[in-house]
Amino acid sequence: MAFIIEFESVRFRYPESDHDSLCDISIGFEPGSFNAILGHNGSGKSTLAKQMNGILLPTEGRVLVSGMDTANEDHLLEIRQTVGMVFQNPDNQIVSNVVEEDVAFAPENLGIPSEEIRERVDNALKQVGMYEYRMHAPHLLSGGQKQRVAIAGVLAMQPKVIVLDEPTAMLDPVGRQEVISTIHRLCREKNITVILITHHMDECIDADRLVVMSNGKIVLDGKPIEVFRNVERMEQEGLDVPETMRVLFDLNLAGEELPPDVLQMKCCAEYIAASLRKREQEAWQK
Amino acid sequence: MAEITVRNLLHTYSVGTPFEKTAIRDIDLKIGQGENIFLLGHTGSGKSTFVQHLNALLQPTAGEVLVDGEDINRSKISRRDIKHRIGLVFQYPEYQLFEETVQADIAFGPRNMKLPETEVQERVLEAAGFTGIGEELLSRSPLELSGGQKRRIAIAGVIAMHPEVLILDEPTAGLDPSGSRQIMENIRSYREKTGATIIVVSHDMDSAAEYGDRLIVFERGSVSMDGSPEEVFSHPRELTSIGLNVPKAAALASALRDSGLRLNGPIYTHEQLLSAIRCAGGEPAC
Repeated sequence: MAFIIEFESVRFRYPESDHDSLCDISIGFEPGSFNAILGHNGSGKSTLAKQMNGILLPTEGRVLVSGMDTANEDHLLEIRQTVGMVFQNPDNQIVSNVVEEDVAFAPENLGIPSEEIRERVDNALKQVGMYEYRMHAPHLLSGGQKQRVAIAGVLAMQPKVIVLDEPTAMLDPVGRQEVISTIHRLCREKNITVILITHHMDECIDADRLVVMSNGKIVLDGKPIEVFRNVERMEQEGLDVPETMRVLFDLNLAGEELPPDVLQMKCCAEYIAASLRKREQEAWQK
Repeated sequence: MAEITVRNLLHTYSVGTPFEKTAIRDIDLKIGQGENIFLLGHTGSGKSTFVQHLNALLQPTAGEVLVDGEDINRSKISRRDIKHRIGLVFQYPEYQLFEETVQADIAFGPRNMKLPETEVQERVLEAAGFTGIGEELLSRSPLELSGGQKRRIAIAGVIAMHPEVLILDEPTAGLDPSGSRQIMENIRSYREKTGATIIVVSHDMDSAAEYGDRLIVFERGSVSMDGSPEEVFSHPRELTSIGLNVPKAAALASALRDSGLRLNGPIYTHEQLLSAIRCAGGEPAC
């Protein structure tokens, strides 16, 4: 299958910087997939995100969105409609005093007829579960609600891809859950490709693919379970792994023989309990 | 020494307007010198409103805040003096850096206290030491540093005033796991070396489990729980019902108990969980 976003040997350096923020990145994202990109502060993950709809352009190499080169200005409008971005701070992304006007902002700018705007706005708000709030003032909403309005604003452009750059960093646990389950649903039901940039490892567990970045390079790439298996490497990168993997890793280090990679708590608990029971029986037999 | 007593505290925003909203009510708390407190609660539960009363940044609508027995909103002790003794680090304090050099930014507080310049410089170095800011950074512009470094400079600026009580409103929000840990260790070392009271506002339960001695949980503007981590985390259902969760280690421990394993003692950190599993496995040291 053709990739929806593809990086070809991309190198990027900010003007006046003395080092590359992205070095030789080659990666493709499958249409309709849920991708998480994990990395410590300064690892290059936001820089990578900004290459995906031409906010930043490669110093070397190229980025293709649905086959269109982001460096070609003729494609810029179409690329921006294909790839929507949601940023960390919801307060910086809201432009109107009424939720539905805010969501209508992008389609209005695209010159879409007003009946269709109405329909797109209503649909977008329903998809993020904010339809009842369409007449509310955005600044009086909670952080999680504001982020969902920001996502609706992107959805109203009917993009194929949504890139979210640490969308939950400023939210409490409930707000985080609201945002994460909303984007999972959009991926599943609307077949929208999701690229979620985060440093909360627990938001990556249910992704199709997890990419770990460090110093401008991709250092691990695979299914979340395959990536989290590298407990020591993740810790070196200053990242966390799920508690289940950490406990299994430490127990195995102390001589247990448990499977190294179980993400589900219940399942992990059963493995540990079974292993301890077995040990107890052996002790009795002796 | 600063002992804080809060009596019957009530705060209503925008009194007499259609936006009138009571943020906190019926708060009675005593906070002793040297305590190590985490204030927990979801967004909008009143935590930030509460801490802004502790150094007279907000005045109560009703009730009083006493420091060493004196009402800080009525007594002769100046507000300015209270703000030096009770230091408050806001959310995202890195947006408040404004001086041309790191050194000048950290020196701003102590200079306002009209200390002799030699002492100001001593305090700058000492505060930079507490927060792990290398001397080579002191002459740089704070604006060109990373997010985690900026955050530590902002904290150093408050520490340089030698507050007897150091309050930090979500000091690790938006930082990656290793950056968060670094900041929590910096705060711990300030407390250990000076005996200051620490109050951290957070919704990160893992961090509260690891670093807090007393946890105060806010819910809808009132205190709903107040106790040791052991006491508070023994009410997982109540915590979930108010939009919080239990630490990851505690969740895994309860899954283990559900699969029939007998684990001893309170478990809410990774280390406790590991040693409880080892004991259940019949390790001789137990």
